[in-house]
Amino acid sequence: MKILVCVSKAPDTTSKIAFTNNNTSFDEAGVNFIVNPYDEWYALVRALELKEAQGGNVTVLSVGGADYEQIIRKALAIGADDAVRIDAPESDALSVSTHIANYAKDKGFDLILCGKETINYNGSVVPGMVAELLDMPLVALAAKLDVANGVATCEREVTGGMEVLEVNLPAVISAAKGMAEQRIPNMRGIMAARTKALEVISVENAAASTSVSNYEMPPAKSACKFVDPANAAELITLLHQEAKVI
Amino acid sequence: MKTIVFAEHHNGKFTKSSLEAVSYATAWSVSTGGTCIAVTYGSIDASVLGTAGANEVWKMDALSAADGEQITKLMLAAQKESGATAIVLSQDLIGKSVAPRLSVRLNAGLVSGATAIPSGNTVKKNVFSGKAIAHVSVNSEVSIVTVLPNSYGVNTSGAACPVNAFNAEVGTARVRVKEVRMEESESIPLPEADKVVSAGRGMKGPENWGMIEELAKELGAATACSRPVSDIGWRPHHEHVGQTGIAIRPNLYIAVGISGAIQHLAGVNGSKVIVVINKDPEAPFFKAADYGIIGDAFEVVPQLIAAAKAFNATK
Repeated sequence: MKILVCVSKAPDTTSKIAFTNNNTSFDEAGVNFIVNPYDEWYALVRALELKEAQGGNVTVLSVGGADYEQIIRKALAIGADDAVRIDAPESDALSVSTHIANYAKDKGFDLILCGKETINYNGSVVPGMVAELLDMPLVALAAKLDVANGVATCEREVTGGMEVLEVNLPAVISAAKGMAEQRIPNMRGIMAARTKALEVISVENAAASTSVSNYEMPPAKSACKFVDPANAAELITLLHQEAKVI
Repeated sequence: MKTIVFAEHHNGKFTKSSLEAVSYATAWSVSTGGTCIAVTYGSIDASVLGTAGANEVWKMDALSAADGEQITKLMLAAQKESGATAIVLSQDLIGKSVAPRLSVRLNAGLVSGATAIPSGNTVKKNVFSGKAIAHVSVNSEVSIVTVLPNSYGVNTSGAACPVNAFNAEVGTARVRVKEVRMEESESIPLPEADKVVSAGRGMKGPENWGMIEELAKELGAATACSRPVSDIGWRPHHEHVGQTGIAIRPNLYIAVGISGAIQHLAGVNGSKVIVVINKDPEAPFFKAADYGIIGDAFEVVPQLIAAAKAFNATK
Protein backbone atom coordinates (compact mmCIF):
# COMPACT_ATOMS: atom_id res chain seq x y z
CA MET A 1 0.00 0.00 0.00
CA LYS A 2 1.32 3.43 -0.96
CA ILE A 3 0.53 6.04 1.66
CA LEU A 4 1.13 9.79 1.50
CA VAL A 5 1.13 11.65 4.82
CA CYS A 6 0.87 15.45 4.60
CA VAL A 7 2.85 17.11 7.36
CA SER A 8 2.79 20.72 8.48
CA LYS A 9 4.92 22.55 11.01
CA ALA A 10 3.42 24.35 13.99
CA PRO A 11 4.81 26.35 16.89
CA ASP A 12 5.34 24.30 20.05
CA THR A 13 2.21 24.56 22.19
CA THR A 14 4.07 26.43 24.91
CA SER A 15 5.31 29.14 22.48
CA LYS A 16 4.62 32.75 23.23
CA ILE A 17 2.20 34.02 20.60
CA ALA A 18 3.17 37.50 19.37
CA PHE A 19 3.08 39.40 16.10
CA THR A 20 5.39 41.80 14.27
CA ASN A 21 5.26 44.20 11.30
CA ASN A 22 2.25 46.06 12.62
CA ASN A 23 0.56 42.80 13.63
CA THR A 24 0.68 41.39 10.12
CA SER A 25 3.03 38.46 10.71
CA PHE A 26 3.67 35.87 13.40
CA ASP A 27 6.79 36.63 15.46
CA GLU A 28 8.95 33.52 15.00
CA ALA A 29 11.78 34.85 17.22
CA GLY A 30 12.61 32.21 19.82
CA VAL A 31 9.75 29.96 18.68
CA ASN A 32 10.41 26.23 18.54
CA PHE A 33 8.58 24.57 15.66
CA ILE A 34 7.30 21.02 15.91
CA VAL A 35 5.51 18.63 13.59
CA ASN A 36 1.82 19.52 13.82
CA PRO A 37 0.62 17.01 16.48
CA TYR A 38 -2.40 15.73 14.52
CA ASP A 39 -0.17 15.03 11.51
CA GLU A 40 2.52 13.32 13.58
CA TRP A 41 0.79 11.49 16.42
CA TYR A 42 -2.21 10.20 14.50
CA ALA A 43 -1.82 10.39 10.69
CA LEU A 44 1.86 9.44 10.44
CA VAL A 45 1.87 6.81 13.17
CA ARG A 46 -1.25 5.08 11.80
CA ALA A 47 0.28 5.11 8.31
CA LEU A 48 3.38 3.39 9.72
CA GLU A 49 1.29 0.80 11.59
CA LEU A 50 -0.61 -0.05 8.40
CA LYS A 51 2.65 -0.36 6.48
CA GLU A 52 4.21 -2.56 9.17
CA ALA A 53 1.18 -4.86 9.12
CA GLN A 54 0.54 -4.99 5.38
CA GLY A 55 3.72 -3.83 3.63
CA GLY A 56 4.06 -0.78 1.43
CA ASN A 57 5.65 2.62 1.57
CA VAL A 58 5.03 5.78 3.57
CA THR A 59 6.00 9.11 2.01
CA VAL A 60 5.75 12.34 3.97
CA LEU A 61 5.08 15.57 2.11
CA SER A 62 5.39 19.17 3.26
CA VAL A 63 4.78 22.41 1.43
CA GLY A 64 7.15 25.12 2.62
CA GLY A 65 10.63 26.59 2.75
CA ALA A 66 14.03 25.21 3.73
CA ASP A 67 13.17 25.63 7.43
CA TYR A 68 11.00 22.51 7.01
CA GLU A 69 14.11 20.30 7.00
CA GLN A 70 14.03 19.50 10.76
CA ILE A 71 10.29 18.84 10.68
CA ILE A 72 10.67 16.39 7.81
CA ARG A 73 13.72 14.69 9.40
CA LYS A 74 11.65 14.16 12.56
CA ALA A 75 8.94 12.45 10.50
CA LEU A 76 11.59 10.29 8.83
CA ALA A 77 13.07 9.45 12.24
CA ILE A 78 9.67 8.25 13.43
CA GLY A 79 9.68 5.85 10.50
CA ALA A 80 8.55 7.33 7.17
CA ASP A 81 10.42 5.80 4.22
CA ASP A 82 11.03 8.92 2.19
CA ALA A 83 10.02 12.55 2.00
CA VAL A 84 9.13 15.32 -0.41
CA ARG A 85 9.24 19.05 0.16
CA ILE A 86 7.39 21.26 -2.30
CA ASP A 87 9.45 24.43 -2.21
CA ALA A 88 6.69 27.05 -2.13
CA PRO A 89 5.22 29.47 0.39
CA GLU A 90 2.26 28.28 2.48
CA SER A 91 0.10 31.17 1.26
CA ASP A 92 -3.28 29.69 2.18
CA ALA A 93 -5.12 26.37 2.29
CA LEU A 94 -5.92 26.47 -1.44
CA SER A 95 -2.32 27.05 -2.50
CA VAL A 96 -1.03 24.30 -0.19
CA SER A 97 -3.76 21.88 -1.34
CA THR A 98 -3.01 22.65 -5.00
CA HIS A 99 0.67 21.78 -4.49
CA ILE A 100 -0.23 18.54 -2.67
CA ALA A 101 -2.73 17.51 -5.36
CA ASN A 102 -0.38 18.37 -8.22
CA TYR A 103 2.30 16.18 -6.68
CA ALA A 104 0.00 13.27 -5.78
CA LYS A 105 -2.16 13.09 -8.90
CA ASP A 106 -0.02 10.66 -10.92
CA LYS A 107 1.79 8.81 -8.11
CA GLY A 108 -0.83 6.14 -7.41
CA PHE A 109 -1.21 6.67 -3.66
CA ASP A 110 -3.84 4.40 -2.11
CA LEU A 111 -4.28 6.61 0.90
CA ILE A 112 -3.62 10.27 1.61
CA LEU A 113 -3.56 10.98 5.34
CA CYS A 114 -3.59 14.40 7.00
CA GLY A 115 -4.08 15.56 10.58
CA LYS A 116 -7.56 16.97 11.17
CA GLU A 117 -6.21 20.54 11.45
CA THR A 118 -3.04 22.44 12.32
CA ILE A 119 -2.77 23.83 15.83
CA ASN A 120 -1.76 27.27 14.55
CA TYR A 121 -4.32 27.99 11.84
CA ASN A 122 -7.06 25.55 13.01
CA GLY A 123 -8.54 25.44 9.50
CA SER A 124 -9.47 21.79 8.82
CA VAL A 125 -9.63 22.72 5.14
CA VAL A 126 -6.66 21.14 3.32
CA PRO A 127 -7.91 17.50 3.48
CA GLY A 128 -11.22 18.43 1.83
CA MET A 129 -9.56 20.58 -0.84
CA VAL A 130 -7.06 17.82 -1.70
CA ALA A 131 -9.96 15.33 -1.97
CA GLU A 132 -11.86 17.65 -4.30
CA LEU A 133 -8.82 18.45 -6.45
CA LEU A 134 -8.04 14.73 -6.84
CA ASP A 135 -11.71 13.68 -7.15
CA MET A 136 -11.34 11.37 -4.15
CA PRO A 137 -13.76 10.63 -1.32
CA LEU A 138 -12.93 12.12 2.08
CA VAL A 139 -13.48 10.88 5.60
CA ALA A 140 -12.98 13.86 7.90
CA LEU A 141 -11.91 13.45 11.52
CA ALA A 142 -11.55 9.68 11.63
CA ALA A 143 -10.64 8.41 15.11
CA LYS A 144 -9.97 4.84 13.87
CA LEU A 145 -8.73 3.55 10.53
CA ASP A 146 -8.30 0.03 9.18
CA VAL A 147 -7.65 -1.08 5.63
CA ALA A 148 -8.46 -4.46 4.05
CA ASN A 149 -8.95 -5.47 0.41
CA GLY A 150 -8.81 -1.94 -0.90
CA VAL A 151 -11.46 -0.67 1.52
CA ALA A 152 -10.81 1.71 4.41
CA THR A 153 -13.03 1.34 7.47
CA CYS A 154 -13.15 4.39 9.73
CA GLU A 155 -14.84 5.25 12.95
CA ARG A 156 -15.57 8.77 13.99
CA GLU A 157 -17.41 10.59 16.73
CA VAL A 158 -20.76 12.07 15.85
CA THR A 159 -23.21 13.88 18.11
CA GLY A 160 -24.16 11.37 20.79
CA GLY A 161 -22.16 8.40 19.53
CA MET A 162 -19.85 6.85 16.94
CA GLU A 163 -20.34 6.02 13.29
CA VAL A 164 -18.57 3.42 11.21
CA LEU A 165 -17.82 4.43 7.62
CA GLU A 166 -16.44 2.50 4.66
CA VAL A 167 -14.80 3.91 1.58
CA ASN A 168 -13.01 2.38 -1.40
CA LEU A 169 -9.40 3.44 -1.88
CA PRO A 170 -7.91 5.72 -3.02
CA ALA A 171 -9.26 8.14 -0.44
CA VAL A 172 -8.25 11.11 1.69
CA ILE A 173 -8.64 10.67 5.44
CA SER A 174 -8.08 13.29 8.13
CA ALA A 175 -6.98 11.98 11.51
CA ALA A 176 -8.39 12.87 14.94
CA LYS A 177 -7.37 11.71 18.39
CA GLY A 178 -7.66 7.97 18.86
CA MET A 179 -6.30 6.84 15.49
CA ALA A 180 -2.86 5.99 16.95
CA GLU A 181 -0.55 6.70 19.87
CA GLN A 182 2.38 9.09 19.71
CA ARG A 183 5.74 7.42 18.90
CA ILE A 184 9.02 8.80 20.20
CA PRO A 185 11.80 8.28 17.63
CA ASN A 186 14.67 6.09 18.86
CA MET A 187 18.38 6.65 18.20
CA ARG A 188 18.36 4.16 15.31
CA GLY A 189 15.49 6.00 13.68
CA ILE A 190 17.20 9.37 14.13
CA MET A 191 20.43 8.03 12.56
CA ALA A 192 18.57 6.38 9.68
CA ALA A 193 16.61 9.59 9.00
CA ARG A 194 19.82 11.40 8.09
CA THR A 195 20.33 9.30 5.00
CA LYS A 196 16.72 8.79 3.86
CA ALA A 197 15.70 10.46 0.60
CA LEU A 198 14.29 13.98 0.86
CA GLU A 199 13.31 15.24 -2.58
CA VAL A 200 12.92 19.01 -2.94
CA ILE A 201 10.64 20.03 -5.80
CA SER A 202 10.64 23.55 -7.23
CA VAL A 203 7.29 24.73 -8.48
CA GLU A 204 5.50 27.83 -9.65
CA ASN A 205 3.54 29.51 -6.85
CA ALA A 206 -0.09 28.37 -6.70
CA ALA A 207 -3.00 30.81 -6.49
CA ALA A 208 -4.37 31.73 -3.07
CA SER A 209 -7.96 32.83 -2.49
CA THR A 210 -7.56 34.24 1.03
CA SER A 211 -4.92 36.20 2.92
CA VAL A 212 -4.46 37.26 6.54
CA SER A 213 -4.57 41.08 6.72
CA ASN A 214 -3.62 41.29 10.39
CA TYR A 215 -3.77 39.60 13.78
CA GLU A 216 -5.02 40.74 17.15
CA MET A 217 -4.81 39.31 20.64
CA PRO A 218 -8.05 38.33 22.37
CA PRO A 219 -9.28 40.82 24.98
CA ALA A 220 -7.46 40.34 28.28
CA LYS A 221 -9.33 38.44 30.97
CA SER A 222 -10.14 40.43 34.07
CA ALA A 223 -8.57 39.14 37.26
CA CYS A 224 -9.95 36.00 38.85
CA LYS A 225 -12.49 36.63 41.60
CA PHE A 226 -11.89 34.28 44.52
CA VAL A 227 -14.67 32.72 46.59
CA ASP A 228 -14.05 31.54 50.16
CA PRO A 229 -13.94 27.69 50.14
CA ALA A 230 -15.81 27.66 53.44
CA ASN A 231 -18.68 29.46 51.71
CA ALA A 232 -18.56 27.83 48.28
CA ALA A 233 -22.31 28.26 47.85
CA GLU A 234 -21.57 31.92 47.12
CA LEU A 235 -20.24 30.79 43.72
CA ILE A 236 -23.70 29.64 42.61
CA THR A 237 -25.10 33.09 43.52
CA LEU A 238 -22.33 34.84 41.56
CA LEU A 239 -22.84 32.62 38.52
CA HIS A 240 -26.53 33.47 38.55
CA GLN A 241 -26.57 37.15 39.50
CA GLU A 242 -23.23 38.48 38.25
CA ALA A 243 -22.05 36.21 35.40
CA LYS A 244 -25.65 35.33 34.44
CA VAL A 245 -24.68 31.91 33.11
CA ILE A 246 -27.06 29.81 35.23
CA MET B 1 -26.05 40.25 -1.14
CA LYS B 2 -27.77 36.89 -1.34
CA THR B 3 -26.61 34.23 1.14
CA ILE B 4 -27.21 30.49 1.18
CA VAL B 5 -26.61 28.41 4.31
CA PHE B 6 -26.67 24.65 4.83
CA ALA B 7 -28.70 23.33 7.78
CA GLU B 8 -28.07 19.82 9.16
CA HIS B 9 -30.52 17.90 11.30
CA HIS B 10 -30.42 14.92 13.59
CA ASN B 11 -33.30 12.89 15.04
CA GLY B 12 -35.86 15.27 13.54
CA LYS B 13 -34.26 18.42 14.95
CA PHE B 14 -31.92 20.95 13.39
CA THR B 15 -28.57 20.89 15.18
CA LYS B 16 -27.63 23.80 17.41
CA SER B 17 -24.58 24.53 15.26
CA SER B 18 -26.78 24.67 12.14
CA LEU B 19 -29.17 27.11 13.80
CA GLU B 20 -26.12 29.21 14.69
CA ALA B 21 -25.01 29.08 11.04
CA VAL B 22 -28.48 30.14 9.82
CA SER B 23 -28.54 32.99 12.36
CA TYR B 24 -25.07 34.08 11.23
CA ALA B 25 -25.97 33.86 7.52
CA THR B 26 -29.13 35.89 8.10
CA ALA B 27 -27.31 38.61 10.03
CA TRP B 28 -24.65 38.73 7.31
CA SER B 29 -27.22 39.08 4.50
CA VAL B 30 -29.20 41.70 6.47
CA SER B 31 -26.01 43.72 7.06
CA THR B 32 -25.61 43.97 3.29
CA GLY B 33 -29.32 44.52 2.54
CA GLY B 34 -29.83 41.03 1.08
CA THR B 35 -31.75 37.84 1.80
CA CYS B 36 -30.89 34.40 3.13
CA ILE B 37 -31.92 30.98 1.81
CA ALA B 38 -31.41 27.95 4.05
CA VAL B 39 -30.73 24.70 2.19
CA THR B 40 -31.56 21.34 3.73
CA TYR B 41 -32.80 17.84 2.83
CA GLY B 42 -34.95 14.91 3.88
CA SER B 43 -38.22 14.68 5.76
CA ILE B 44 -38.25 17.38 8.39
CA ASP B 45 -40.37 20.44 9.07
CA ALA B 46 -37.89 23.03 7.84
CA SER B 47 -40.12 26.09 8.22
CA VAL B 48 -38.61 26.47 11.72
CA LEU B 49 -35.39 27.69 10.06
CA GLY B 50 -37.31 30.93 9.56
CA THR B 51 -37.22 31.37 13.33
CA ALA B 52 -33.44 31.67 13.09
CA GLY B 53 -33.94 34.26 10.37
CA ALA B 54 -33.98 32.48 6.99
CA ASN B 55 -36.25 34.13 4.40
CA GLU B 56 -36.97 30.83 2.70
CA VAL B 57 -35.88 27.20 2.73
CA TRP B 58 -34.92 25.07 -0.25
CA LYS B 59 -35.27 21.41 0.60
CA MET B 60 -34.30 18.31 -1.36
CA ASP B 61 -36.80 15.74 -0.13
CA ALA B 62 -35.22 12.77 -1.93
CA LEU B 63 -31.94 12.97 -0.04
CA SER B 64 -31.95 11.06 3.24
CA ALA B 65 -28.46 11.60 4.68
CA ALA B 66 -25.75 14.23 4.60
CA ASP B 67 -22.86 12.87 2.53
CA GLY B 68 -20.07 15.40 1.97
CA GLU B 69 -19.97 15.06 -1.81
CA GLN B 70 -23.76 14.99 -2.23
CA ILE B 71 -24.25 18.07 -0.07
CA THR B 72 -21.46 19.77 -2.05
CA LYS B 73 -23.43 19.14 -5.26
CA LEU B 74 -26.67 20.30 -3.62
CA MET B 75 -25.03 23.55 -2.47
CA LEU B 76 -23.39 24.09 -5.87
CA ALA B 77 -26.81 23.77 -7.53
CA ALA B 78 -28.40 26.11 -4.97
CA GLN B 79 -25.63 28.66 -5.47
CA LYS B 80 -26.08 28.56 -9.24
CA GLU B 81 -29.88 28.79 -9.06
CA SER B 82 -29.89 31.62 -6.47
CA GLY B 83 -26.84 33.53 -7.68
CA ALA B 84 -25.72 33.77 -4.04
CA THR B 85 -22.32 35.37 -3.46
CA ALA B 86 -22.02 34.23 0.15
CA ILE B 87 -22.18 30.64 1.39
CA VAL B 88 -22.32 29.70 5.07
CA LEU B 89 -21.98 26.35 6.81
CA SER B 90 -21.23 25.34 10.38
CA GLN B 91 -17.62 24.34 11.10
CA ASP B 92 -18.91 20.89 12.10
CA LEU B 93 -18.23 17.50 10.51
CA ILE B 94 -20.37 18.21 7.46
CA GLY B 95 -19.04 21.75 7.07
CA LYS B 96 -15.47 20.45 7.19
CA SER B 97 -16.33 17.97 4.44
CA VAL B 98 -18.32 20.33 2.20
CA ALA B 99 -16.84 23.84 2.48
CA PRO B 100 -13.35 22.96 1.16
CA ARG B 101 -14.91 21.20 -1.84
CA LEU B 102 -17.16 24.20 -2.58
CA SER B 103 -14.18 26.51 -2.27
CA VAL B 104 -12.29 24.56 -4.94
CA ARG B 105 -15.27 24.18 -7.26
CA LEU B 106 -16.35 27.82 -7.12
CA ASN B 107 -12.83 29.23 -6.87
CA ALA B 108 -14.19 31.01 -3.80
CA GLY B 109 -12.14 32.04 -0.77
CA LEU B 110 -12.99 30.06 2.38
CA VAL B 111 -12.66 31.27 5.96
CA SER B 112 -13.17 28.35 8.32
CA GLY B 113 -14.23 28.76 11.93
CA ALA B 114 -15.37 32.40 11.79
CA THR B 115 -16.40 33.99 15.10
CA ALA B 116 -18.03 37.21 13.87
CA ILE B 117 -20.03 38.56 10.93
CA PRO B 118 -17.73 39.68 8.08
CA SER B 119 -16.90 43.33 7.78
CA GLY B 120 -16.51 44.06 4.06
CA ASN B 121 -14.45 41.17 2.73
CA THR B 122 -12.67 40.57 6.05
CA VAL B 123 -13.67 37.81 8.45
CA LYS B 124 -12.40 37.20 12.01
CA LYS B 125 -11.35 33.71 13.00
CA ASN B 126 -9.53 32.23 15.99
CA VAL B 127 -6.01 31.01 15.34
CA PHE B 128 -3.26 29.49 17.53
CA SER B 129 -5.97 27.45 19.30
CA GLY B 130 -7.78 30.57 20.49
CA LYS B 131 -4.68 32.45 21.62
CA ALA B 132 -5.04 35.03 18.82
CA ILE B 133 -7.54 36.27 16.25
CA ALA B 134 -6.77 36.60 12.53
CA HIS B 135 -8.54 39.01 10.19
CA VAL B 136 -8.77 37.04 6.95
CA SER B 137 -9.48 38.75 3.63
CA VAL B 138 -11.31 36.91 0.90
CA ASN B 139 -10.11 37.79 -2.59
CA SER B 140 -12.88 36.29 -4.72
CA GLU B 141 -16.33 37.10 -6.01
CA VAL B 142 -18.03 34.39 -3.94
CA SER B 143 -17.13 34.03 -0.24
CA ILE B 144 -17.54 30.91 1.87
CA VAL B 145 -17.55 31.05 5.66
CA THR B 146 -17.88 28.25 8.20
CA VAL B 147 -19.03 29.35 11.66
CA LEU B 148 -17.22 28.12 14.77
CA PRO B 149 -19.80 26.24 16.91
CA ASN B 150 -20.86 28.05 20.12
CA SER B 151 -19.40 31.35 18.94
CA TYR B 152 -22.53 32.92 17.48
CA GLY B 153 -25.88 33.03 19.28
CA VAL B 154 -29.03 31.45 17.87
CA ASN B 155 -31.60 34.00 16.70
CA THR B 156 -35.12 33.05 17.78
CA SER B 157 -36.94 36.24 16.80
CA GLY B 158 -37.94 35.22 13.26
CA ALA B 159 -41.13 33.56 12.06
CA ALA B 160 -41.76 30.31 10.18
CA CYS B 161 -40.77 30.75 6.52
CA PRO B 162 -41.85 29.11 3.26
CA VAL B 163 -40.23 25.80 2.30
CA ASN B 164 -39.75 25.15 -1.40
CA ALA B 165 -38.86 21.84 -2.98
CA PHE B 166 -35.43 21.94 -4.58
CA ASN B 167 -33.86 19.13 -6.52
CA ALA B 168 -30.33 18.68 -7.75
CA GLU B 169 -28.32 15.95 -9.42
CA VAL B 170 -26.23 14.85 -6.43
CA GLY B 171 -24.82 11.50 -7.63
CA THR B 172 -24.17 8.66 -5.21
CA ALA B 173 -22.28 8.71 -1.92
CA ARG B 174 -18.80 7.19 -2.08
CA VAL B 175 -18.52 7.07 1.72
CA ARG B 176 -20.83 4.35 3.06
CA VAL B 177 -22.28 4.55 6.57
CA LYS B 178 -22.11 0.99 7.92
CA GLU B 179 -23.24 1.54 11.47
CA VAL B 180 -24.13 4.28 13.91
CA ARG B 181 -23.67 3.48 17.60
CA MET B 182 -25.45 5.87 19.91
CA GLU B 183 -24.26 6.03 23.50
CA GLU B 184 -26.91 4.89 25.94
CA SER B 185 -26.78 8.00 28.00
CA GLU B 186 -28.99 10.90 28.84
CA SER B 187 -26.05 13.24 29.20
CA ILE B 188 -25.67 16.28 26.97
CA PRO B 189 -23.22 15.86 24.05
CA LEU B 190 -20.08 17.79 24.97
CA PRO B 191 -19.62 19.90 21.80
CA GLU B 192 -23.21 21.19 22.06
CA ALA B 193 -23.27 21.79 25.80
CA ASP B 194 -23.47 25.37 26.99
CA LYS B 195 -22.36 24.37 30.49
CA VAL B 196 -19.57 21.91 31.25
CA VAL B 197 -18.23 20.48 34.51
CA SER B 198 -14.77 19.04 33.99
CA ALA B 199 -12.41 17.27 36.34
CA GLY B 200 -8.81 16.11 36.40
CA ARG B 201 -6.29 14.11 38.37
CA GLY B 202 -7.18 16.03 41.52
CA MET B 203 -10.19 13.69 41.79
CA LYS B 204 -7.75 10.89 42.78
CA GLY B 205 -9.69 8.08 41.06
CA PRO B 206 -12.64 7.23 38.79
CA GLU B 207 -14.72 6.15 41.80
CA ASN B 208 -14.90 9.80 42.87
CA TRP B 209 -16.63 11.05 39.70
CA GLY B 210 -20.09 10.66 41.24
CA MET B 211 -19.97 14.17 42.70
CA ILE B 212 -18.82 15.64 39.35
CA GLU B 213 -21.72 13.98 37.56
CA GLU B 214 -24.13 15.12 40.26
CA LEU B 215 -22.97 18.74 40.06
CA ALA B 216 -23.23 18.58 36.25
CA LYS B 217 -26.77 17.19 36.52
CA GLU B 218 -27.87 19.94 38.91
CA LEU B 219 -26.45 22.62 36.60
CA GLY B 220 -27.73 21.00 33.40
CA ALA B 221 -24.13 20.60 32.28
CA ALA B 222 -22.14 18.00 30.33
CA THR B 223 -19.12 16.31 31.92
CA ALA B 224 -15.57 16.50 30.57
CA CYS B 225 -12.06 15.65 31.71
CA SER B 226 -8.37 16.46 31.24
CA ARG B 227 -6.01 14.43 29.08
CA PRO B 228 -4.21 12.49 31.86
CA VAL B 229 -7.56 11.29 33.15
CA SER B 230 -8.66 9.92 29.76
CA ASP B 231 -5.18 8.50 29.06
CA ILE B 232 -5.19 6.40 32.26
CA GLY B 233 -8.73 5.28 31.51
CA TRP B 234 -10.61 6.93 34.38
CA ARG B 235 -12.92 8.56 31.84
CA PRO B 236 -13.78 7.85 28.17
CA HIS B 237 -11.68 9.52 25.46
CA HIS B 238 -14.63 11.43 24.06
CA GLU B 239 -14.72 13.46 27.28
CA HIS B 240 -11.15 14.72 26.82
CA VAL B 241 -11.04 18.44 26.15
CA GLY B 242 -7.81 20.17 25.24
CA GLN B 243 -5.34 20.68 22.44
CA THR B 244 -5.45 17.09 21.21
CA GLY B 245 -8.94 16.22 22.39
CA ILE B 246 -11.87 18.40 21.48
CA ALA B 247 -12.09 22.16 21.75
CA ILE B 248 -15.24 23.50 23.38
CA ARG B 249 -16.67 26.99 23.90
CA PRO B 250 -19.43 26.71 26.49
CA ASN B 251 -20.93 29.66 28.38
CA LEU B 252 -19.76 28.12 31.66
CA TYR B 253 -16.75 25.85 32.19
CA ILE B 254 -16.09 24.56 35.70
CA ALA B 255 -12.70 22.85 36.15
CA VAL B 256 -12.23 20.75 39.26
CA GLY B 257 -8.75 19.50 40.18
CA ILE B 258 -7.23 20.47 36.81
CA SER B 259 -3.99 22.45 37.02
CA GLY B 260 -4.54 24.15 33.66
CA ALA B 261 -1.61 23.10 31.47
CA ILE B 262 -1.39 25.20 28.33
CA GLN B 263 -2.54 22.22 26.22
CA HIS B 264 -5.72 21.99 28.29
CA LEU B 265 -6.33 25.74 28.13
CA ALA B 266 -6.09 25.60 24.32
CA GLY B 267 -9.25 23.49 24.29
CA VAL B 268 -11.32 25.61 26.67
CA ASN B 269 -10.11 29.20 26.41
CA GLY B 270 -13.10 30.15 24.26
CA SER B 271 -15.44 29.52 27.22
CA LYS B 272 -17.29 32.66 28.30
CA VAL B 273 -16.98 32.09 32.05
CA ILE B 274 -14.32 29.84 33.58
CA VAL B 275 -14.50 28.62 37.18
CA VAL B 276 -11.45 26.90 38.66
CA ILE B 277 -11.52 24.80 41.82
CA ASN B 278 -8.08 23.66 42.93
CA LYS B 279 -6.35 23.21 46.27
CA ASP B 280 -3.06 24.50 44.82
CA PRO B 281 -3.12 28.33 44.84
CA GLU B 282 -0.27 28.27 42.29
CA ALA B 283 -2.29 26.29 39.71
CA PRO B 284 -1.81 28.14 36.38
CA PHE B 285 -5.50 27.72 35.57
CA PHE B 286 -6.39 30.52 38.05
CA LYS B 287 -4.75 33.01 35.65
CA ALA B 288 -7.34 32.13 33.00
CA ALA B 289 -10.26 31.93 35.42
CA ASP B 290 -13.11 34.36 36.06
CA TYR B 291 -13.96 32.76 39.41
CA GLY B 292 -11.74 30.64 41.61
CA ILE B 293 -12.01 28.61 44.77
CA ILE B 294 -8.76 27.56 46.44
CA GLY B 295 -9.84 24.48 48.31
CA ASP B 296 -10.24 20.72 48.42
CA ALA B 297 -12.65 19.44 45.75
CA PHE B 298 -14.00 16.87 48.19
CA GLU B 299 -15.15 19.66 50.48
CA VAL B 300 -16.08 22.30 47.89
CA VAL B 301 -18.04 20.25 45.33
CA PRO B 302 -20.61 18.85 47.83
CA GLN B 303 -21.29 22.45 48.95
CA LEU B 304 -21.83 23.45 45.32
CA ILE B 305 -24.21 20.55 44.72
CA ALA B 306 -26.25 21.58 47.76
CA ALA B 307 -26.26 25.22 46.65
CA ALA B 308 -27.24 24.28 43.08
CA LYS B 309 -30.10 22.14 44.42
CA ALA B 310 -31.30 25.04 46.55
CA PHE B 311 -31.00 27.37 43.55
CA ASN B 312 -32.96 24.99 41.30
CA ALA B 313 -35.68 24.78 43.95
CA THR B 314 -36.23 28.54 43.70
CA LYS B 315 -36.58 28.56 39.89
